[in-house]
Amino acid sequence: MSAPLSRKPGIPNAGLLSFGWIPVWRRNFLVWRKLAFPSLLGNLADPLIYMLGLGYGLGRMLPQISGVDYMQFLIAGMIVASAMNAATFESLYSAFSRMRTQKTWDAILVTPLSLDDVLAGELFWAASKSFLSGFSILLVISALGLSSLPLALWVLPIIFLTGFAFAAIGLVVCALAPSYDFFMYYFTLFITPMLMISGIFFPVENLPHSIYLIASWLPLSHAVRLVRPLLLGEYPKDIVLHVSVLLGVTIVAFRVAVFLTRRRLLN
Amino acid sequence: MASLNCALEISGLRKSYGGRSVISGIGFSVPAGACFGILGPNGAGKTTTLRCCLGLTPPDEGKILLGGHSIPDGACAARARVGVVPQFDNLDPDFTVNENLLVYSRYFGLKKAEMRQRIPGLLDFAGLTDKENARVEALSGGMKRRLTLARALVNDPDILFLDEPTTGLDPQARHLIWDRLKQLVAQGKTLILTTHFMEEAERLCERLIVLDHGQIVAEGNPHELIASQIEPNVIEIFGENAVAWAKARRALCQRLEIAGETAYFYCKDTAPVREALDKERALHSLHRAANLEDVFIKLTGRELRD
Repeated sequence: MSAPLSRKPGIPNAGLLSFGWIPVWRRNFLVWRKLAFPSLLGNLADPLIYMLGLGYGLGRMLPQISGVDYMQFLIAGMIVASAMNAATFESLYSAFSRMRTQKTWDAILVTPLSLDDVLAGELFWAASKSFLSGFSILLVISALGLSSLPLALWVLPIIFLTGFAFAAIGLVVCALAPSYDFFMYYFTLFITPMLMISGIFFPVENLPHSIYLIASWLPLSHAVRLVRPLLLGEYPKDIVLHVSVLLGVTIVAFRVAVFLTRRRLLN
Repeated sequence: MASLNCALEISGLRKSYGGRSVISGIGFSVPAGACFGILGPNGAGKTTTLRCCLGLTPPDEGKILLGGHSIPDGACAARARVGVVPQFDNLDPDFTVNENLLVYSRYFGLKKAEMRQRIPGLLDFAGLTDKENARVEALSGGMKRRLTLARALVNDPDILFLDEPTTGLDPQARHLIWDRLKQLVAQGKTLILTTHFMEEAERLCERLIVLDHGQIVAEGNPHELIASQIEPNVIEIFGENAVAWAKARRALCQRLEIAGETAYFYCKDTAPVREALDKERALHSLHRAANLEDVFIKLTGRELRD
């Protein structure tokens, strides 16, 4: 309409290695900011209620577990599980409604951004929600004197990475979903059983060996094996292994999600 | 970029889904600064053609040049100079009018300070000045459409794609959109629009193509198409036994079409039909000039397409 517009350098391009995901992330952030209070409440209050309820209620009846109070044991599990939940809900229900119901992705796809940028934006955003959830829980338990700082601060990058892994898997499920109902399969067949055998609520060492073996393949077990020692003020074992699994899941699942979503939307 | 002669050039475009051909080898070019129409019944291949042009659907065969960029390879660069008004509004319902424009401009990598200066002009153009802070959910259908148009202009595009821009609007809202589209052409922008409203195409488009079953069945200026493809006058006859009455008088005109209970006489000279009608009290008739809709129906038939 007037003089030629100036553009920031670096945008747009394509994929994880460009910065095209940033405006997509910022869009989701702006929506979240408008609804931040109920959202934070959900991310924080829910796991805290479980933690305090089970930790004090059940913990009073239990002897020490793995050498610590049940509450101490449970906190790590709840942080990791709520990080997983935050990323999962965001990459399933919220991403799906932006893809299908609101057609937000369609609107972005006719700008210079690509579908890879959109998916990378969703991935970063869902992981950010995990981070936010983990961060706020850590804040509360530190205030209650239930974490051992400063080592516990290393939990934050681990939570972020856990968020990435489950966001990437969630985007695969989102790409395959014909409707919202489909997500129930994912929760019932994957998320809930994984919660039970990954050492969230109780140690897995006492489970039958076959289940223990399955659990050692699940991303949630690797996340919890990093977070639990850190909260107790110890260095985790096999750091490289656990981090590599979470990173590997993120990269592979994201590639699959890109492939499936391209096939779904750009054919 | 603005000096390019052709905004869009397509040749030999083919696309099929699961063995069913949707576009069967079409080619056309849109001169820069023109308003170009793509007409056709439902399922004719209009939307697929637009998706191919924007690099959202890879064609099976054919070449597409959009704003000088080869599609799909150069689609991202091409889309930086393109605006799109989609068939169904996909505004952000959680945002205000202002936020919708600002957030959308980020997808083009535009600077915030600059957008803050430009947004009042865009809102003024869309007749939404006092709605700046209104939530999208609170807007009427016509306002949403205008906001979608303003959003398509955030990057000051050279080329604008409009997929049925006035479907579902009341006449006031439709006329306002038409007026704005004419202004955009006057500013030198290229408009490529699909529509079901023949009146819209007749008013706005300098050139158009009619697509049917994935092929171009007519191409040209709307007025020239009316002149070349069809008789200049139409007399529609309805009422008791209108169809039987008309069939018996087929010889009075160049062409007779029957649709349901109505007979359409297409004539160069209307006098013989009108004389015959004078004696009939039970029949109702409507005499009008032939329009683009008559051409469209002649080319694509009267049967339903969805």
